Amino acid sequence: MAWMRKDLVSMQDIEAGEIADLLDTAESMKEIATREIKKVPTLRGKTVVNLFYESSTRTRTSFEIAGKWLSADVINFSASGSSAEKGESFLDTARNIEAMSPDVVVVRHKAAGGPALLAKHLRCSVVNAGDGAHEHPTQALLDLLTIREKKGHLEGLNVTIVGDITHSRVARSNIHGMRKMGMTVTVAGPPTLIPPACQEMGVKVSHRLEEAIAHADVIMMLRLQHERMTGGFIPSLREYSRVWGLGLDRLQHCRPDVLIMHPGPVNRGVEISPEVADSQYSVILDQVTNGVAVRMAVLFLLAGSKAA
Amino acid sequence: MSTREKAEVLDQAGLDRALTRIGHEIVEQAGGADLALVGIKTRGETLAARIAQKIASIEGKRPAVGALDITLYRDDLGTRAEQPQVRSTEIPFPLKGLTVVLVDDVLFTGRTIRAAMDALMDLGRPRVIRLAVLVDRGHRELPIRPDYVGKNLPTSRRETVAVMLTEHDGQDRVVIQEPEEGDPSLDGATTPTPRRTIKKGRA
Repeated sequence: MAWMRKDLVSMQDIEAGEIADLLDTAESMKEIATREIKKVPTLRGKTVVNLFYESSTRTRTSFEIAGKWLSADVINFSASGSSAEKGESFLDTARNIEAMSPDVVVVRHKAAGGPALLAKHLRCSVVNAGDGAHEHPTQALLDLLTIREKKGHLEGLNVTIVGDITHSRVARSNIHGMRKMGMTVTVAGPPTLIPPACQEMGVKVSHRLEEAIAHADVIMMLRLQHERMTGGFIPSLREYSRVWGLGLDRLQHCRPDVLIMHPGPVNRGVEISPEVADSQYSVILDQVTNGVAVRMAVLFLLAGSKAA
Repeated sequence: MSTREKAEVLDQAGLDRALTRIGHEIVEQAGGADLALVGIKTRGETLAARIAQKIASIEGKRPAVGALDITLYRDDLGTRAEQPQVRSTEIPFPLKGLTVVLVDDVLFTGRTIRAAMDALMDLGRPRVIRLAVLVDRGHRELPIRPDYVGKNLPTSRRETVAVMLTEHDGQDRVVIQEPEEGDPSLDGATTPTPRRTIKKGRA
């Protein structure tokens, strides 16, 4: 299946065949990371702009490395210290950047739908690197790549996503992607952090951690997002950790081949104990490694294609 | 574009003889030591493995074999309607100091070989790079010349050369195809050919 899209805005938009293609391409890209000279000339003369209105270390660095390994010129723009602080609108800033002829704009914004807005108004390709509590497609793709690599396949696997589902764009993108790839998804967390319409996305809901993780092939622990916690969703961090935190004691009741994932940044001792985060079951750093490969695949397919 | 078979160029025995001869020529010129064969995906990889087998039966030692995907080094990215699929490069040995024989099925414009040489140089510094092809069909666009050729085959640009190998296509043979009469496409070089048969279309 050929990639024909100008943009990558959400996992909801793309089809299973396109996801499989992206993962295959990313898998081939991994070899470049093992080379002595980690650079191929593929995107020579192409420009990638990272337009980040929210803080990010992993995602921005990952896109930057991905672009540079493919020989694209990567420019980082962060909202703080920019014209955005002088009152320029989001779309005006984006149009100004487009006037400098980039090939791909990678955008992170606190407002859901920000990247979709740019995709509609800009001629260049737009990649969503996280928009509010909506989607984070490249994170879902790197998670799928990691699972496929470790398990050999995706279809039929049971995945449990634990924590703050309501505010999580990672969960939302993963649910769309995993459902399309034929996986069974269970979400678990306190009722205040599980969106009421969750079942409509085709997931099971559980309010008991032990029950939710007992048969899981993959457990994905989400970060408790302090910055989006303004409404008293949980009584206290300590209680959340006691009820919903994953420690070695709870891990004992899981499948022996379970994978523990976390999109980062990890709050050690809150949603996941250090012993679990560093255990043999944890693939948290593999996720980061695969992030670069996935973003190379995305940039290659968007910037290298005629549509761009 | 629909194509029809114009002529069979090599049958199974002919193809096998061509590879045997290439194997002998490589051994004669390069010797068996510090030798590696690197096939260009997909059919070049298969041919490289077969030639390595021939060399093993001549020399008693099988040379190292690797596979190269040149997609990331193509010069026509962004000019095609769809992106070619990226496959992985598998060269599990250091290239430094080796005599590397690049192996491909059909030599046409020479652009694939240009890309392959760039890719090899990024991976290491071979002592020598040589080129073995099953079919040389002419129409070079770059100053590139093969060292070992299975069959020289004068063709017109509108024809395509299809190399079929048992591993991919269920049979071993090489044929020339031409467009059906009345087909408006005149230039075989820019016309996509069906996936299961071959390109030579491509760079």
